Order: sequence, then C-alpha cells, then structure tokens
Amino acid sequence: MERIPILRMGSFLLVTIQVDLYDRLALTLEADLVQMVSKTNAKGVLIDISAVSIVDSFMGRIIGNIASMSKILDAETVVVGMQPAVAITLIELGLPLTGVFTALDVEKGMKLLKSRIIVDNEDYDERDERDYLENNDSNTD
Amino acid sequence: MRGMSVITWKTMIVTLTKDLILISRDQDVVPYRSRVKEYAVKIKMGLVNQTKLITAASELVRNMLKYASGGEALIEVVSRGRDNGIRLTFSDKGPGISDIDLAMKDGYSTGKSLGLGLPGTRRLVNEFNIISEVGKGTKVVIVKWSNG
Amino acid sequence: MEYNIPKLLQKNRKNIIELWVKNQLSEAGLREDLMSNEDLRQQSEELVDSFVDNLTQENISDAQSPDFDTVVEILSGISITRARQGFSPRETGVFIQGLKQALIELMEQEINNDPATLLKGTLQIIRLLDSFSIITFETFIKGREEVILRQTDEMAEISTPVIRVWDGILALPIIGTLDSARTQVVMENLLEEIVATGSSIAILDISGVPAVDSLVAQHLIKTVSATRLMGAECIISGIRPEIAQTIVHLGIDLSTIVTKATLANALKFSFQSLKLEVRRTQDSKTQ
Repeated sequence: MERIPILRMGSFLLVTIQVDLYDRLALTLEADLVQMVSKTNAKGVLIDISAVSIVDSFMGRIIGNIASMSKILDAETVVVGMQPAVAITLIELGLPLTGVFTALDVEKGMKLLKSRIIVDNEDYDERDERDYLENNDSNTD
Repeated sequence: MRGMSVITWKTMIVTLTKDLILISRDQDVVPYRSRVKEYAVKIKMGLVNQTKLITAASELVRNMLKYASGGEALIEVVSRGRDNGIRLTFSDKGPGISDIDLAMKDGYSTGKSLGLGLPGTRRLVNEFNIISEVGKGTKVVIVKWSNG
Repeated sequence: MEYNIPKLLQKNRKNIIELWVKNQLSEAGLREDLMSNEDLRQQSEELVDSFVDNLTQENISDAQSPDFDTVVEILSGISITRARQGFSPRETGVFIQGLKQALIELMEQEINNDPATLLKGTLQIIRLLDSFSIITFETFIKGREEVILRQTDEMAEISTPVIRVWDGILALPIIGTLDSARTQVVMENLLEEIVATGSSIAILDISGVPAVDSLVAQHLIKTVSATRLMGAECIISGIRPEIAQTIVHLGIDLSTIVTKATLANALKFSFQSLKLEVRRTQDSKTQ
C-alpha cells in the first residue's frame, strides 16, 4: 500500500507530502505519524505541504488531528509551505486550522520548533510561564 | 425585439466538451482531480479559482463515496458569451437527502465530519444546485467561471 | 403613377449620400477631432448602400426582417467604434437621425404629385429608422460598458501594489473601497509576494479605505487568516478613529487581529517581532 515517508531528524520528525492526497492515504499518515511520535519520543513534527496543490475539509481535519494528537504526546506540530491558493481556499471553506502552527518554509518551521522546545525545557518560574503562555496565545490564535 | 434576442443568446450556457468519469473507490479522486485541472488550465482559469473548483470537486466526490458508495462525475466545459467555465455534475443512486436546507447549513453533518462539506463547497463555486430524492439518489451541479 | 419607394431610393443612392453628408458636415457639433470627413463619408456610404440594397416593398415596414442583418451589423459596428472613440450618445444618435432626414428630403423632392404615397412612405421610413436608432443606442451602451469593465479590471490591477518596506516586512496600502473582487486580488497579490520574498510580516494599511462595514471587516479577517495559514503574520494599520467607532458599533470582533493606528506603529511592532532596533546615531548629539 502507498505510504508517505516520515523522516527522523534528532528530536524532530519531518514529513514532506509529495503526492496527491486522498482520504485513506491521509488517515494512514495520521496513524503512522502518531505511532512514530510515541516511538521516537519526538518533540516536534514538521509537515511540509509546499508540493500539495489542494487541501479539502477532510485533509484539513487530518492536519488538525495530527497537531492535537501530537500535542497530547508532548510534541509540537508546524505546517510549512502552504500554497497561497490553498490558504485562500481553506479560508473560504471555513477552515482556518486554529491551533496549528505555521511557517513559510522548512527552515523557518525548524526555527519555530526549536524556539518552542527550548522554552519547554527551561526550568521556568511563574513569570516565565506567563510570558510563555502569552507567546503561545499570540502564535496560535 | 432584435436587441432582446442578442441578450438571450449571450447568457445561454453552451456545452463545449464532455467527459464522464466513474467513481467507485477512494483513490479515484486523484485522477478525477487531475482531469478537472486539465480542463481548467485549458480554459485559462486562474490558479486560485482552479484550486477552489478542485477542492469543491474533492468534497463532492467524498460525499458520493461516503453516502452512496460512488457514482458518476461529469466534467463539462461550458461557455456563456465571453466567459468560459467548468460545470461538474455528480450523480449517485444513494439514499438521498431528506432535508436539503438543513444539509446546506454550516456545521450540520450526519456523518462523522466537520459539516463544512456542502455549505463550504457552495462558497467555493459560482453556481451550486442540488436535487435529491429520498431512496433514489442525489445530483449536485456546480459551475465555476474562469474569471469568477 | 405608382411609386416604388425601395426602387426610388436605390436609384437615388448618390443623392441620399450627398444629402446626408451635407447635413452632417453642416452640423454645428461635427467632431472633426474624433473622425476625419473622409472616414465619415466612407461610413455613411457603406451604411446607405447596405440599407437601400436590402430594402424591399415587403420589409419596409419590418425592422426585424433578416434582410436587415447586414445593416444592423454595420450600425452596431459604427456604434461600438464611436463609443470607444469617445463620441457622445447624442452625436451617434444625430448621425442616424441625419440619414432619416436625408431619406425624407429625397422623397419630398422625387414624389411631388402624390401626397398620399409620400405620407405613407415617410411614415414607413421614420418607423424603420427609429428602430435602427434604438439598436445604435443599445450597442453604444454595450460598447461603453465594455470600456467600463476593462477599466475596472485595470484599476483592480494597478491599485494593489505590494511594497517591500524591510527585509521580511511587506506593506500593502489599500486605497478605495474593498469589495469581494478587490479583496481577492489584494489577497492573491499579498500571498504571492509573501512566498516570493519569504517575508514573515505583512502590513495591510487601510488609511485609504473610506468606510469599513461588516463585509469589509470580514474580507480583512479572511486576508489575515489566509496569511497566517501560510505562516506569516498580518497587521492591519491606518485605522482612523471613525472607523474604530463603526467597527465597535457594528459589533465586529477584530480581537484576533493585530491592529495599529498608523503604518509607523505597525512598522515599529514588526521591528520588535523580528528583534530589530532602530536607533538615532550617536554623532548627531555630540556635534
């Protein structure tokens, strides 16, 4: 069966979607990725969709699911490289993907993940935690 | 009047090309989407409109598979005067929709989904028509004009 | 003797053209600036020829007759070109009315001993030419509409420049009303430019937008959301106090969007986000 490869880079997982998605393929990716996060104890997941020309409500939901599931397993998810036409279509469709971090490209996505994980690892006092939460809010809404 | 006859001719939709594709499996959506894209490119539809149309098509194919385990998808290149467009018709022999108004509401779904399917799809295209008869099937027709 | 009006007109086509052209040239509002007298004569000749050639006893009282297709085509062509050249609808109307005048004058000269036929013929010609002049008005308006449509497209294109104000910061000043079509263009240009430049912040300045209603606000929110999906941040600046008032009065929620009063403030905010600092140089103080 067709599968989308998941690469491991240190404490991050990298998925580059290069094929046209259909529902079952997307569901397999969701299952594989969550398995992988758990197995490798990954701290971050980076999904590169720059080669994806369409994302409909189902695939949008899968991306949201991956982010929420990874979050439960203590990993952050960043979606990078969404095409302008895809972004416009998702908004028109009514799917702003709230709760999913986004970045322009893999490099910027990596940077975002690193910055978030460093904050995570710090022994922070209450003031730091508040800063972190504010930072978190401004990024997710 | 002569002027009137010119106007009716302008707004009449003429079919230029037809292509019928059967949908029976999940994967069928991939070749179907690329076929729609081919036609959209041929009539010089902009990238954003292409993406909206293909996304709408993807939603409707999923509905056909989910509620009627497949059906027929017709692709037509249509024209009304100066504009060209793509008309897609999805017909299935599924259970039909009992309350179309309810199905067209944002957030409504009988299946396990977000309920964005039909109302979201309608926002992506220029024309959206749905005819359904309980026990007989559903037919959805959408049109996207290349400059719309 | 019995007069055949179509035959009479065909025989006298030279005279008709002369009469008509003379009428037009003596017209006070002759637009020599828009069209040379030679072109005018050529246009007139073409129209008179096709008119008298296709005119018969049967169709003289039927403007709808397919015999007049070529006449209508020529008329429409003249009308559309005149609309594009900048003639007023009145001037184009006078052009056709002039032909009617010439035809009637000619019939008056030729039919001098049969008032009944003259009257009947005159009425027929008046009705026929009136129908034709309606067609010219319709096509004239259509020609103008095409000009308007083209200009609308051009305006949408030129009125949305995306400016690279700093490395990683784009600014897009919007001037004029924001409707759905325009938002689409703005959004596309902005997102394309974000990809092309790899900018992580975009500033949408609405100082030049006359009013913000719930629809415009919705368009702005959509643009901001789409920018976020791509991984960039979008700031709305240039919000005038009146606009802030309407937004609140209409109950529009902009709390999820970063808004700034001026472009300068938005730029300052962007610098902070990118951890950049703008400072006055030291030596200007010491001197």
